[in-house]
Amino acid sequence: MKRSRIGPWLALGIGTAYFLIPLIATFEFSLRLRRGEYSFDAYRVVLADPKFQAAFGYSTVIALATIVLGVLLVVPTAYWIELRLRRLRPVVEFITLLPLVIPAIVIVFGYLHTYNSSSLIPFTATPRGTDLLLTLGYVTLALPYMYRAVDTGLRSIDVRTLTEAAESLGAGWGTILFKVIFPNVRVAILSGAFLTFAIVIGEFTLASLLDRPAFGPYMQLVGANRAYEPSALAIVAFIVTWGCMGIIQLFGRDRRAAMPAH
Amino acid sequence: MRFLEIENLRKVFVGSVGVQHFDIAVERGEFISFLGPSGCGKTTTLRMVAGFEQPTAGQIRIDGRDVVGLRPNQRNIGMVFQSYALFPNMTVAQNIAFGLKIAKRPEVEIKLRIAEMLEMIKLPHLRDRFPYQLSGGQQQRVALARAIAGKPQLLLLDEPLSALDAKIRASLRSEIRELQRKLGITTIYVTHDQEEALAMSDRIVVMSEGRIEQLGTPFEIYNRPKTRFVASFVGTLNVLRGEVADPQKGTARVDEQEIRLAQPLEGTKAGEKRAFALRPEAVSLAEAEPDRNALRGTIEDVSFLGAIVRIKVRLKENLVSLDTFNNQASPPPERGQPATISFAPADLQLLDGAEA
Repeated sequence: MKRSRIGPWLALGIGTAYFLIPLIATFEFSLRLRRGEYSFDAYRVVLADPKFQAAFGYSTVIALATIVLGVLLVVPTAYWIELRLRRLRPVVEFITLLPLVIPAIVIVFGYLHTYNSSSLIPFTATPRGTDLLLTLGYVTLALPYMYRAVDTGLRSIDVRTLTEAAESLGAGWGTILFKVIFPNVRVAILSGAFLTFAIVIGEFTLASLLDRPAFGPYMQLVGANRAYEPSALAIVAFIVTWGCMGIIQLFGRDRRAAMPAH
Repeated sequence: MRFLEIENLRKVFVGSVGVQHFDIAVERGEFISFLGPSGCGKTTTLRMVAGFEQPTAGQIRIDGRDVVGLRPNQRNIGMVFQSYALFPNMTVAQNIAFGLKIAKRPEVEIKLRIAEMLEMIKLPHLRDRFPYQLSGGQQQRVALARAIAGKPQLLLLDEPLSALDAKIRASLRSEIRELQRKLGITTIYVTHDQEEALAMSDRIVVMSEGRIEQLGTPFEIYNRPKTRFVASFVGTLNVLRGEVADPQKGTARVDEQEIRLAQPLEGTKAGEKRAFALRPEAVSLAEAEPDRNALRGTIEDVSFLGAIVRIKVRLKENLVSLDTFNNQASPPPERGQPATISFAPADLQLLDGAEA
């Protein structure tokens, strides 16, 4: 093998080992619940646990709500920025990056201070209100990913000309957004959606401090009290996340090439 | 009958004037082109008619109705864009049906209209294809069908053929014009290609730096250019620099030789330095004839282009280009030969503006 190729292969090998070895070790540990032999008993225990089903179900519902709210917020915003307010793009991009630099614990403490049961907007006074607050918090956390995905999708189509073409044919803003823009950034929206799903499923801080029965706090609770089941849970969470990534890749292979961007 | 009236239209951008003093009246069913170089304001004017740009001042009336305050989706226009602007997520049939569905036409009518449009553009076999599966020419045909499917009162085309190769441009040009004649839709066509404008239009608006340089039929624009810009932009042109001899008689001197125009040189003074336009096809290599101008010079260059022979004759300061047909019986003249060029007084045009 040529010298020049050894380096990249070596780096790839080390990176892969760094990534895979702990994963393999976790998986191997998760199979040891039954003494003396490997089995999927830990997985059976976890998956049969009503609390697991409730927590996973709860997080799934919150994730879906986060996705819907996020799409409804981000797509029209990104569309308007691309169409009319390009000068504001750097400002909006900065704002969407803030959740990456502000720790989740700071965000949730801000929420508790602003929206507690004694405040003007007492979200935390009721469970449904807290669920809504949690969803809004997740929209914030997922914002960098959702915005970037949608913005990239919008930049790959000629938003302005498509909008003008639709307008010249009699379309109003609603029709333009839902019949022209949304379908043509479908792949980008789905990418953002699955990233959001992966984030929400594994999130701990917001859910824990808002005392919601989400998957993140459930994983922490199991981890504090059981031995083999947390490893199984970790692998399940990993599979869910990688499943989302795989689906993004699948949808990313949309052959219907959009118009070249201007 | 005046269908589209544009009065004193003006558009000012930050730091520059896009369009100014723009006045035209377009008859119903007329095909009018806006012709000019990039940045002359032709697309800006079209976009103001469409409603995508708001005029700074002026009026736009379509069929007697002031449309300046109306959004594009309220003007009943059809528009064809340079980049086709087909909706990538819709098939050909769905693209054509888009405007009809928004107008809530009955399904039966929509189906019939789609079939009619597909037949008109000769692409019925492509109704279920997506835009990415079509060639450029096919996409532009679909874009045209989509624009006229809803029977708009005004059709606007913004350089629709500029992204296509020359051969397809030529054939689509004829198709567009034929369709427009058949349907009788009032049409505004923006182009920087003079051949397109000359071939397709009932009238042409030649624009430069946001202003109308000249409005006229293709024949008028080509043969009677009113300004130096029009003369040089449309077709090739000889510009003879000389001085006015007798304004009343319409005579001038070019390189110490006298020429005569068909009309008096109004607005000029004897001795004033001026320029005169002369098309190459109006000039012939011939000895002096009565009622024709004759200038003596020397052949400076001969280009044999097959059917056409392009000859350049040096007078003194001026260089005159003329085109003749290839004559199999006699070879072209040679460089350095003395030559006399001849042209009719009516072919000479006085250009605006004094010469330095």
